[in-house]
Amino acid sequence: MKFTKRAMLKGAATALALGFATTAMAQDKTKVGFVYVGPVGDGGWTYEHDQGRKAVEAHFGDKVETTYVENVPEGADAERVITQMALQGADLIFTTSFGYMDPTINVAKKFPDVKFEHATGYKTAQNVSVYSARFYEGRAIQGTIAGHMTESNIIGYIASFPIPEVIRGINSAYIHAKKVNPDVQFKIVWAYTWFDPAKEADAAKVLIEQGADVILQHTDSTAPQAAAVGAGNVYTFGQASDMAEFAPMPRISSIIDNWAPYYIARTQAVMDGTWKSTSTWDGIGPGMVGIGEISDVVPAEVKADALALKDAIANGDYHPFTGPLKKQDGSDWLADGQTADDGTLAGMNFYVEGIEGEIPQ
Amino acid sequence: MLKLEKRPQPSRVFAWLTPIFAVIATMIAGGLLFAALGKNPVEAIRTIFWDPLFGEFAFYYRPQLLVKGGPLILIAIGLSLGFRAGIWNIGAEGQYIVGAICGAAVGLAFYPLEAWYIFPLMILGGALGGLLWAMIPALLKVKFGTNEILVSLMLVYVAENLLAAMALGPLKNPEGHGFPGSRNLKDYPSAFNDEIITGTGMHWGVLTAFLAVIFAYILLNRHLLGFSIRLTGEAPRAARFSGVNPTRLILFCLGMSGLMAGLAGLFEVSGPSGQVSIDFNVGYGFTAIIVAFLGRLHPVGILLAGLLMALTYIGGELAQGNLGLPSAAIQLFQGMLLFFLLAVDLLTNYRVRFAKSEAA
Repeated sequence: MKFTKRAMLKGAATALALGFATTAMAQDKTKVGFVYVGPVGDGGWTYEHDQGRKAVEAHFGDKVETTYVENVPEGADAERVITQMALQGADLIFTTSFGYMDPTINVAKKFPDVKFEHATGYKTAQNVSVYSARFYEGRAIQGTIAGHMTESNIIGYIASFPIPEVIRGINSAYIHAKKVNPDVQFKIVWAYTWFDPAKEADAAKVLIEQGADVILQHTDSTAPQAAAVGAGNVYTFGQASDMAEFAPMPRISSIIDNWAPYYIARTQAVMDGTWKSTSTWDGIGPGMVGIGEISDVVPAEVKADALALKDAIANGDYHPFTGPLKKQDGSDWLADGQTADDGTLAGMNFYVEGIEGEIPQ
Repeated sequence: MLKLEKRPQPSRVFAWLTPIFAVIATMIAGGLLFAALGKNPVEAIRTIFWDPLFGEFAFYYRPQLLVKGGPLILIAIGLSLGFRAGIWNIGAEGQYIVGAICGAAVGLAFYPLEAWYIFPLMILGGALGGLLWAMIPALLKVKFGTNEILVSLMLVYVAENLLAAMALGPLKNPEGHGFPGSRNLKDYPSAFNDEIITGTGMHWGVLTAFLAVIFAYILLNRHLLGFSIRLTGEAPRAARFSGVNPTRLILFCLGMSGLMAGLAGLFEVSGPSGQVSIDFNVGYGFTAIIVAFLGRLHPVGILLAGLLMALTYIGGELAQGNLGLPSAAIQLFQGMLLFFLLAVDLLTNYRVRFAKSEAA
């Protein structure tokens, strides 16, 4: 069954007049829908996507109309919400969680006239693009600062799910912490959630008890920051969002997802009729990954070191995965000067040499 | 002055009227809430209750009511049997998950073979998975007198971790580029729980839910076991004197509710959801508890309550997308429904008297 606007008009004779009205209105304004996995007030992942949505509204003013639905579970519910947006006349729909991949593809088949953009997935179609950010570039800078700042030489890491995205982040942070501090050791806790303040707080406390004085997180709430405040001398980094309310201590910097330029560009493409299915994987250079202000708690030379690394990554002089690098089991991965290709990075399922523990299977 | 007087027997009229009162009270309080948020309350209530049924795109939403309501009804029917007898299975969510895992595992084990017997075997797997998971609290209660509320609830968290382990490990799609989640059963015709009639939302799970309603109705009204269940709930001492075997009842009620939750999980994973993923469960097992009580633990009541609950979900999403209502407001709205139901329940067991206050 295909729900093109035309077919819909043909189908429901009673809704004919109404159908024409909505179609006409839809052409005046470009309707952009957003599907969120969390609440817009999560202060992290969904919050930043919603900032992107607001930026689209601010940029285009009367020419766009945006809608969103938050807290949408992945799976059957997502498929219904996406369908609903398409039925209501959306021209472009951003689905902002990995678990929306199959639902997005399924709905896209039924609405060939609507454009879809799926975040962090890998399935594309004639009317489905994918986009994600090279967060591992930000992790390299985080690792550098963390390696300098730790005194116990134990860095805690609150990981979400053992998927390539998260494993890349751990590897990148570890490589760069190790570079500036050869004695550094990572302790990793798998929280099995993207957003659960209670679990994240527990994980942070466990890591602090185990001696970690720097905590990195791949989960979205500010609970680890709050736990660090309670513990005293513990440094953290904002995740997905700046989390500036915890600066200058314990939050000493952050990785910020900045979706606004991409969302504006894609909306513009739909307006111009130039939209094409693409795969985008942007990092610090194009501005999709931002590094939040490094607070004054960090010594000036460390800050300078971190910013130099950021510039080198931004202008393409340096790739965070540059050989010589070995895998955890001691086998060779990258030769001296060789850099990792995107295919390997996209499916990364191994730790680099030196990280203790196993990736849960 | 208002006085409450306990009725000698619960009022049958009010048992049926109170849910309707509760819905009306929810609409009024919800309307006030939406007005406070700066939305037109009439439009909001219309979007939630009217548009999915009779609006412009009702052709899409009506079938979705069945898809969303089916698992709620199926699980709630199973739970209601135990609830009637005072056996509290709070862990249907866990049984739902394990049913889905077992059923999907059976199907995936046959991949890519196409054969007619795969789907029936999956149904068997789902039912058994849910049944066995519910047998843990049942046997512990029977043997050691543990509290089934706690054990069944804790087993939900065990099941969630099992689900994550399965999605990342044994059931992970080998062609999934290392991402978690199983193969999508929608792409595997022999294992796909397709709509029985295209475009109606009527998949095998919805049909099973309807059959469960009939089964529960007959059991409770026409069968000795159903009588034992009702008697145990209403008069435990009388039940014991009349020779009801509590062990058998516990095993039956928990087993039946587990089995139905397991089936609901299997039909969901093989149909609307399509894959075993880390976030597969979205709370049907818990929402079904509300549905069971909203439906007065009566099979027909549960059928209606399940559809009403589904309506608030679907209408709630519409209100979010079209009117910009926050999802928290919708959840609050759903919560009010149960709150008002419990509040007006008072009228079933008590009658209100306007008595003149007399000098003592």
